[in-house]
Amino acid sequence: MTGPHPPATRRLPFRPSVAVKVASGINRLSRLLGRGSGTVIGGRAGLAVDPMLLAVLAKDRDVALVSGTNGKTTTTGMLVAALSEPDSVGVATNITGANMPAGHVAALIGTRPVGTVVLEVDEAYLGRLIEDTHPQVVVLLNLSRDQLDRISEVRMLVDRWRSALGRLDPVGHGGSRTVVVANADDPMVVWAASTAPEVRWVGVGQVWHDDAVGCPACGARIVFEASGSWNCDHCGFGRPERFAWLEGDVLVLADGRRFPVVIGLPGQFNRANAAMVAVAAPEFAGTHCQPPVSITTAVERLSKLHEVAGRFSTVQRKGRDIRLLLAKNPAGWTAIFDLLGESGDPTSPVVLSINARVADGFDTSWLWDVPFERLIGRAVVATGERCRDLAVRLRYAEVDHRVVPDVLEAVDMAIGNAGRLSVASASIPVEFLGNYTAFAQLRSRL
Amino acid sequence: MSMAKGARSPLTVVVIYPDLLGTYGDGGNGLVLARRAKWRGLDVSLVQAPSDRPVPRGDIYCIGGGEDGPQVRAASTLIADGTLTRAVEDGAVILGVCAGFQLLGREFPDAADRPHDGLGLLDVTTRKGTDLRAVGELVATVEPDAPRDPDGSALPALTGFENHGGVTTIGPGASPLARVITGVGNGGGDGTEGAWSGRVIGTYLHGPVLARNVALADLLLGWALVSRGERLPLVWLEDGEENALRAERLAMAGTVKLSARLRHVPRPRR
Repeated sequence: MTGPHPPATRRLPFRPSVAVKVASGINRLSRLLGRGSGTVIGGRAGLAVDPMLLAVLAKDRDVALVSGTNGKTTTTGMLVAALSEPDSVGVATNITGANMPAGHVAALIGTRPVGTVVLEVDEAYLGRLIEDTHPQVVVLLNLSRDQLDRISEVRMLVDRWRSALGRLDPVGHGGSRTVVVANADDPMVVWAASTAPEVRWVGVGQVWHDDAVGCPACGARIVFEASGSWNCDHCGFGRPERFAWLEGDVLVLADGRRFPVVIGLPGQFNRANAAMVAVAAPEFAGTHCQPPVSITTAVERLSKLHEVAGRFSTVQRKGRDIRLLLAKNPAGWTAIFDLLGESGDPTSPVVLSINARVADGFDTSWLWDVPFERLIGRAVVATGERCRDLAVRLRYAEVDHRVVPDVLEAVDMAIGNAGRLSVASASIPVEFLGNYTAFAQLRSRL
Repeated sequence: MSMAKGARSPLTVVVIYPDLLGTYGDGGNGLVLARRAKWRGLDVSLVQAPSDRPVPRGDIYCIGGGEDGPQVRAASTLIADGTLTRAVEDGAVILGVCAGFQLLGREFPDAADRPHDGLGLLDVTTRKGTDLRAVGELVATVEPDAPRDPDGSALPALTGFENHGGVTTIGPGASPLARVITGVGNGGGDGTEGAWSGRVIGTYLHGPVLARNVALADLLLGWALVSRGERLPLVWLEDGEENALRAERLAMAGTVKLSARLRHVPRPRR
């Protein structure tokens, strides 16, 4: 580790110190009672004692925030990996996916009061996190329809981001500025981030354009060109000058430098996430506790990352490989189907699991925006708490499927089914695709 | 529209402006209609009609839900286009959902509560409610005088998911489609959900509504066939998965957790 070693402890004022004690106590109690790791409940209690707790805990740290509709958890994991020095105490993060303030408090309690922090942030809480943590870097990935009953429509969210980012101090807090690293290919992200004082626009593509046809600036029509560029046909709002962009698997900087993005995680959308991380990581240079990380170092570290919070991991069951994939909304599912075509076996059986709890959104109508037609020809098993909705969707997609409500039985059905297709197919992995709580459910039962 | 027999074009289902009104999965209504026609051996064409082209001729038009800005743009574009109004005069069937329901009416509000002209194909008017939004499962029984199956039997209860901030009142030229059992519906205090007049139906139900209520889908198909002077009744389909979904949703809607509720959603800052 290079650079000055900051003090490892710092005395907190009375109120936040009580809040921290309450939160840690509840976390311990929760663990003792076997009610899980207790991170969120402890964080919630801490915030109840001191609503400004997050600001106090983040005060002397170098903070990066990662937000967007899809890829938050993975990109957060990637940025942590890119910033982590070998043999160091590491980077604090909310890797459990607890991405609201209670989860952020939990991530910071019990870690060193100084150092680097990377936080995944729920789209609806970005403004509050910016105000509380004065981040060095904010990574904005993409915005599309998701959980319309909870998060609200895309344009409402864009307006909130835009005013939050517009309040960023041009000189930053304590003399350090905030750099926003934003996806130049997503008009919604660009409209939101163009109020920020300093932005690195990165062209990483956007698979889902269906929520961005109406110009966020004037309501007219956004025209997407084959080259990937875009602009409004009325008000002139268009893709900003890019700092860097992806050409296949090469990250090209506007200054001409080129970096191959060969990473451990599959799929073009993960190369896109990696490109954002490769641009974001060096922006920590000059902060007081993070050693500088070059683009080359960041990408090299990402080549060793093969899963994030279980996503993209492969597990074994009854002698078969099962690849675990998570997608939560139409854009995410479309990207995962691209990944199946790119890195999977075209005859792999597929288990689809859908729940509709709070974290998933109660409304399952979005299933009709997912191109399930792309699964025609595969053995498909529908499961999860909302397998009935999924079954009807698959019927109208004319995808052959079986409905097995229990998720483990569904996986076993897929294992068995594939075995009967041909002798060789026993070695073909099963692809499991679940939405948020359905994914967690399978992981806890495997 | 009355087409000469012998020179028959496929039954055409048009999804209106998926680029503006495709936010809530309502494009599925078009797919449900097209598949149910195809499975019965009918010659059917499903057309996605984007907002930068003239609206094509069709037998059934599906208009979905969308965000406030795109809704305003869709309404003004459809009024300027004029095809929908002429199609209704020719006997075409229209299903409008949520924002699509509102813009079929006389007037609807934008995000800032400014009124905008609708197509006036349904005698309904929508204004902004309070800061509360109706979000959740909805069950409603179809009104006795609402459209019936070709065999004269009433449609079964409607199930769907509502997510809107509008309050819609029905004028003398239209009738309520259904009466709310759980949920909010039109929200004007009269307990109604949706509206209809002639072959134009509006509802707040997503799901999509025709996937959750295939009897309503078949009703629309029947209307379109009558309008074309084609054969009825429709061939029976085995709707095992559709019925299982309906049964589950109707049972769940009775529970407190999933019942529709008014939820506070902060208005965007402008």
